[in-house]
Amino acid sequence: MFPTTFRRVVASLAFAVGIVGVVFMNRATIHPPASSAHPGFTLEDVTAIAGVTFVHRKPVLDEKLDNIAPHIAALGASVSVADANGDGRPDLYFTTSRFGEANALYLNNGDGTFRDVAREAGIADLNTVDRGVSMGAVWGDFDNDGLEDLLVYRYGKLSLFRNLDGARFGDVTTDAGLDRWVNSNGAIWFDYDRDGWLDLYVTAYFRSDVNLYHLTSTKIMHDSFEFASNGGRNLLFHNRGNGTFEDVTDRTGVGSTRWTLAAASADFNDDGWPDLYLANDYGPEELFLNDHGGRFALVRVGLEADSKSGMSVSIGDVHNRGRMDVFVTDISEKGYLFQGNNLRLNLLAEIGRFENIAKGVVADAGWAWGAQFGDLNNDGRNDLYITNGFISASKDRSYWYGMSKVAGANKSLFEDARNWPAIGDASLSGYEHKRVLLNRGDEGWDDVAVRVGVTDTFDGRAVAFADLWNTGALDVIVANQDARPVVYRNTVEPGHHWVGLSLVGMRGHRSAIGAEVTVEFGDETQRRVVDGGMGFASQNDRRLHFGLGRRMQVDRLTIRWPSGRVQTLGRLEADRLHVITEPDGGR
Amino acid sequence: MTRVPAAPAATPRGRRLRAWLTEPRYLIAGLITLVLVLGQWRFAILGDYARLATALGVCVLTELVFSWFVRGRIANLQSAYVSGISLSLLTKPQAALLWPFALGAFLAISSKYVLTYRNRHLWNPSNFAICLLLLIAPDSVAVLSHQWGNDVATNAVIWFFGLIIAYRSGVLHVTLTYVMSFLVLAVARWAIVGGPLGAEIAPLTGPMYQLFVFFMVTDPRTIVRSRRGQMFVVAMVAMVEALIRVAGDAGLPWLTPLYASPALFALTIVGPIALFTDLWRQRAR
Repeated sequence: MFPTTFRRVVASLAFAVGIVGVVFMNRATIHPPASSAHPGFTLEDVTAIAGVTFVHRKPVLDEKLDNIAPHIAALGASVSVADANGDGRPDLYFTTSRFGEANALYLNNGDGTFRDVAREAGIADLNTVDRGVSMGAVWGDFDNDGLEDLLVYRYGKLSLFRNLDGARFGDVTTDAGLDRWVNSNGAIWFDYDRDGWLDLYVTAYFRSDVNLYHLTSTKIMHDSFEFASNGGRNLLFHNRGNGTFEDVTDRTGVGSTRWTLAAASADFNDDGWPDLYLANDYGPEELFLNDHGGRFALVRVGLEADSKSGMSVSIGDVHNRGRMDVFVTDISEKGYLFQGNNLRLNLLAEIGRFENIAKGVVADAGWAWGAQFGDLNNDGRNDLYITNGFISASKDRSYWYGMSKVAGANKSLFEDARNWPAIGDASLSGYEHKRVLLNRGDEGWDDVAVRVGVTDTFDGRAVAFADLWNTGALDVIVANQDARPVVYRNTVEPGHHWVGLSLVGMRGHRSAIGAEVTVEFGDETQRRVVDGGMGFASQNDRRLHFGLGRRMQVDRLTIRWPSGRVQTLGRLEADRLHVITEPDGGR
Repeated sequence: MTRVPAAPAATPRGRRLRAWLTEPRYLIAGLITLVLVLGQWRFAILGDYARLATALGVCVLTELVFSWFVRGRIANLQSAYVSGISLSLLTKPQAALLWPFALGAFLAISSKYVLTYRNRHLWNPSNFAICLLLLIAPDSVAVLSHQWGNDVATNAVIWFFGLIIAYRSGVLHVTLTYVMSFLVLAVARWAIVGGPLGAEIAPLTGPMYQLFVFFMVTDPRTIVRSRRGQMFVVAMVAMVEALIRVAGDAGLPWLTPLYASPALFALTIVGPIALFTDLWRQRAR
């Protein structure tokens, strides 16, 4: 046997190597190998040039919540895209969240500028003491008259505005039967029963008996940081087709009380019926599969034990498999918490589950909020834009330690907001750098945010994609909390082609929300869904954008319309927008 | 009236089994197994079984190799078992990373053979490894905080069995001294920093503290000899923790790495100093 001293030296060396290994592996985690290839696009902040002068203001709450007011009041910046005036150009609706402040409807002038017409349109002054403050909005043609209508959700009452003539909106909330107090952070339109009329799913955060501006009790918080189920009850409203809605939550079984922050819909199991995917704060994500428009079933597909803080849900085809995969944002803060974002591959057909493949830059995006899938460089693969940052206040003080005191504690302590340590002027994951993740296929994902020009550190909330100026590139609009939004103009390097699709429903609802389109180009297949609300407090342009890489055409296009009809088209020319109307004949 | 027959006298094998089952170190191993099973059953605490397999496997392997190579004999694996489970429960790394479990387990066990004084290791192995990971790999590793559902029932079960086993193991005075010190100092901190008293007491009701009070501060290999000394040292641990917490409330930037887990860092600071001093004084006598 070796001498004792020698053995101790060897053991010490091995110990030292272990420490060096930790340092090395930690550095590899922070700085993963990245491709040196150029991203192929740049994003330029053109907010001021475009004339978008809107600024979000955070809500003012009951003073009983003063100790954690920055936390509770940290939501409300939203952006939703639709062609509100029917001129063929996407317009933008932003919400603010302070009493007396005005929401904004920016009409697209088509020359690179926008003009705010919300006041003339009657959808500006929506932040009032009796109805609460805006948290977001979602566009959908609920009456099938060819004009985009608007639902505004609040920490307060819902409001439904009917688009009268493309320029003016009328408040039809009461007549529609939607005059309900829902402390909501999200809503989506989708036709769950395929009857040709858009139905409405509204997510709820705080319970509906909570009035954040006049509290009767401070016991309003979640009952667990990971498995909470005492939030507001989500609601499903069935569109009767006569301008009124019926609450069918109980009948359909989708009344989750899991502090839902975001919802999105697509047909995940390919049975022809739109399903519901929920991102829940303080709890696991939920997938409700639609059983032929009657009831929804909450299914066990690998989400139930993976409990986190879901902020946003985006749907996209990650690896061009012709499937609807899911990206859900979460929280990461070094030393304290690595919940990590989820990039869930849809493997329902193969193994009956989703498989989370998030790691590295995909998993850790700080305190992430809104995110969207989209092909930002038209290379034929879906990239990810993730905004983040929760509370940016003092640069010297962090609330993470304060929050950690109660986060692991027994629920009876933190259910009551009075027991939370005061935030004061501290930040909580503030001043975070955004992520623009380029999908390199089998080579993984690269964060190219700085390289393409995304350097802002606002507290981002909502992200929406739209080809604002019909240039064949997805522009990015980000709504920021208590700050101005950012409109990023996307310039794609020449050489990559694209195709745009604008769908008009005939047998189903006109918006074609929920239509799923599969394009085949070369040996690639990619699928997208027409957006009725996706991400966090956001809605992308209804028009679908596909990058084609170097291919000059789409070889085949398959549309599954919301009515259930499947339409197949042959070759489509690249680099232009195609308007496709649903055939009105038999199947 | 029915006569109850006298219990048959225990066989030598039965006595050995009973002695084995009531041996403190095996009671501790049983308790941490209970924590693991309850946490996994109720809250899927592990996240992934590969984490448990990695931490436990590396701990056992390291113990086997180091004990044979450094001391020339194979050590009892109970300590490696407890450390492996502790690490798999306490370490909450960035998604899909397994290396913190592997390297953390290696450093935990190897520290027992490297960081020694008079043939006694100075740090509780899992406490040392977690703190080291938090200090030099904060971008990859966080510590257990709220992954237990914040539930009363599960906590109550662990506290119930934990207190019984601490009593049977002869370390209840250590656990209770820490708990009492924490509570008294929580009130003192509350008097200093203000805010709700509940927030200052809250950490004690969390899962990390269950592991801390039953498995770390009571580790028989890393506490001082005398009963009074043990109570004094654990009170000092609570005191240093309180100081770190006050610094956290004040936002002192140069102590930021410690705020993620004040209790663990307090033990990492106080424990070895106390044990070293104790051993040094023994030698001086």
